[in-house]
Amino acid sequence: MSAPIIELDGVSKRFVKPLDAAEKVANLFGAGLAEKMVHAVDAVSLTIAEGEVVGLVGESGCGKSTLGRIVAGILEPSAGAVSYKSRRTETLASAERRAAQLAVQMIFQDPMASLNPRRRVVEIIGEAPVVHGLVPASDMDAYVCEMMGRVGLDPGARRRYPHQFSGGQRARIGIARALAVKPQVLVCDESTAALDVSIQAQVLNLFMKLREEFRLTYLFVSHDLGVVQHISDRVAVMYLGRIVELSPTDEIFRAPNHPYTQALLDEVPRLEAKKKRFSALKGEIPSPLHPPSGCHFHPRCPFAFERCPVERPVLKEIAPGRFSACHLNDGPQPRPGKVFSDGEAVAA
Amino acid sequence: MTPPILTVRDLVVTFGTREGVLTAVNGVSFDLYLGEVLGLVGESGSGKSVTGLAILGLIDPPGQIARGSITLDGAELIGKPEEELRALRGKRLAMIFQDPMTTLNPVLRIDTQMIEAIQAHERVSGKAARERARQALARVGIPSPEERLDAYPHQFSGGMRQRVAIAIALLHRPAVLVADEPTTALDVTIQAQILAEVQSLAAETGTAMLWITHDLSVIAGFADRIAVMYAGRIVETGSVVDVLETPIHPYTAGLIGSVPSRNKRGVPLAQIPGMTPSLAKLPPGCPFSPRCPRATVTCRTTMPAETPFAGARMARCHHPLTGEPLAA
Repeated sequence: MSAPIIELDGVSKRFVKPLDAAEKVANLFGAGLAEKMVHAVDAVSLTIAEGEVVGLVGESGCGKSTLGRIVAGILEPSAGAVSYKSRRTETLASAERRAAQLAVQMIFQDPMASLNPRRRVVEIIGEAPVVHGLVPASDMDAYVCEMMGRVGLDPGARRRYPHQFSGGQRARIGIARALAVKPQVLVCDESTAALDVSIQAQVLNLFMKLREEFRLTYLFVSHDLGVVQHISDRVAVMYLGRIVELSPTDEIFRAPNHPYTQALLDEVPRLEAKKKRFSALKGEIPSPLHPPSGCHFHPRCPFAFERCPVERPVLKEIAPGRFSACHLNDGPQPRPGKVFSDGEAVAA
Repeated sequence: MTPPILTVRDLVVTFGTREGVLTAVNGVSFDLYLGEVLGLVGESGSGKSVTGLAILGLIDPPGQIARGSITLDGAELIGKPEEELRALRGKRLAMIFQDPMTTLNPVLRIDTQMIEAIQAHERVSGKAARERARQALARVGIPSPEERLDAYPHQFSGGMRQRVAIAIALLHRPAVLVADEPTTALDVTIQAQILAEVQSLAAETGTAMLWITHDLSVIAGFADRIAVMYAGRIVETGSVVDVLETPIHPYTAGLIGSVPSRNKRGVPLAQIPGMTPSLAKLPPGCPFSPRCPRATVTCRTTMPAETPFAGARMARCHHPLTGEPLAA
C-alpha cells in the first residue's frame, strides 16, 4: 500500500442554527429554547492512500457530502484535523496551503448549478489555471483545448455557454475544470447521479481512464452502491455522521459485517431477472437533530442488544484491512451474518 | 387467455414547439393484462413518461394525441369527454409520480385530500371515508395513521409522502396503475420498502401496473415483462428474463452493459457511444443507428418494423442480436 495522501483524524462538523430574535425573547421569559445543532460528521477518521479510489456510501442526510466537502477544503472541520501528504493543512504556510488546496478538487452532482451560466466554457475551464499561474494567459486557449480533448469534448465548442451542452457534456466540463489545475485528488460528489445510465457509463469509464493517465486518487461519494462497487478499491459506509464499516470493495460486497451494511446491500436492486421479495429494513433514517444514543443504528437493527443504546461502538479492525463499528463483533455469541454468493443471501 | 385490461395501439403524441412539431411518442403499442407489472424502460426524452400521461388523458397543449387508440376494459379512452375521463381517473385508472409533492396539495391536510378522493367517486359519509383513509394509510405502512391523517404533506418525509400518494392512488382499487419513477428520488432502503408495499398491494387488489423507470435494476426484480423505449418508439418487449438475459436489440444490450453492478470491477463499462438524439433532429432510418455497433446502410435509411420473435417477444431491429424473427 502506498503512502497516505489524505488523512482525516477525528474530523467532526457541526452545523448550529442560532436562536432567532423571537426565540431569544422567549428565552427571557424562561422558554428554555436551545440552539439546534446537527452533528453532520461525527469524529470520522479515514486514510486515503495515493492512487486509491475510496467509495463513500450512505443514505440522504448521513453526512457523506459534508465529509467530501471537508476533504476538498470547502468546509472547515469543527474538530479534528485533515492532513495532506502527512502534513496538517491548517498548519501549512499560505503558499503551501494553496498548493494543497489546489491538489484536491471537487466535482459536483449538478453541473448546471456549479458552472457559471454566463461564462463561456473556455473561461470556465481556463480561469483557474491562469489565476494560479499554472498556465500563462497566452497559452490558455491551447491548454483548454487539450483539457477538453482529454475528457472527450470537442474543443471547437469552447466558445459556447454551459446551457448549449447536454447533461453528459456538462458533467465532462465540470471534470475538465477540476483537472485543469492539475489535482492529485478528486472528490466526486454524486457526480453521475443525474445522468442517464448510458451516459453514466461513459463518465465512469472516463473517470477510470483519467485515473490511469493522471495517477489520480478519488473519494467517490455516492448513494448508488452499484457505481461504488464498480469504481472503488475500498468502501466506507456512513450512517448518521459516522463511518460504520470500511473494507475492501470485494469483501464488503461479499460478506458485509455491520448490520446496516447488510441491510443496505440486501436492498440494492440487482439486474437479475428474478422475482424478488423486497424485504424492508424497518423505519427510516432518524433525524440527525436527535440521533439515537449509543450506536445510531440500534433502533432499526434486528440484532440490537442491551449494550447498543448505551455505548457508542468504535470502528475497529475485525480482519486485516476490514473495519466495522458494531458491538456484535465483541460478543461471545456467534455473529448473525450474511454471505452473498451469486446474489443470494444465505445465513452464515 | 383473458383479454388485456389496457391496450395501447399506434399511439402518437406530438408537441408543437418553436423548433417545429416534435413527436415524443411515435407509434407505441402494447397490452397490459390484469395483475401484471409491465416495466417501461428508457432514458430521458425517450417518451416513457408521455406515454404514461397519455393513458391518463393528461396531455396538455402544446402536446396532443395525434393518432392511436387506448382502450380500458375494451372502451376507447381517446376522445372521451373530460367528465367521463374524470370519473375514470382515480377510480379505474390511477397514477403515481416521481415527486409526491406535486400530487399532494401542500395547504390541505392529508385527511381532507383522501376523503375528497374517496367522495369524488363514491357516495359515502365523511366518517366512513375517513375510516377508509385511515385503513389505506395503515396498509401502506404509515405508523400511527390516525394521527398522521391530521398532518400536512410537508410534515412527512419523502418516503412517507410517496406512501401517502400510493395510498391515495390505490383507494379505489384501480384496474390500472401508472407509476412514473415513483422511487427514483428515494434512498435504497426506502425504495425497497415502497417496492415491497406496492408489490403486496397490487397482488391483493389485482391491479395491473405500468412501471415507468430509467433504472433497469429496479424493474428486474419486480416486473413480469419489459418494454424498452428509445426516441419515442418501443424497440423491444419480452419477459423480464428473456430481455435481460438475451436482449435482441443492440440498444437493450447497451443499456444492460452500462449498469455498473452487472460488470466486473475495474473493467471499463460497455458504454453506448454518443448521446440520445434530440427529437427535433432524429436521424433517418433507425434512430439508434448512429450509436449502434451493428448498423448498416439499411439501418440508416429504413425504419425497422415491429417484428415478432419466439417467446412472445417483439423487437424493432434489422440486425437482431439473438433469435430469428418469426415469419409474419
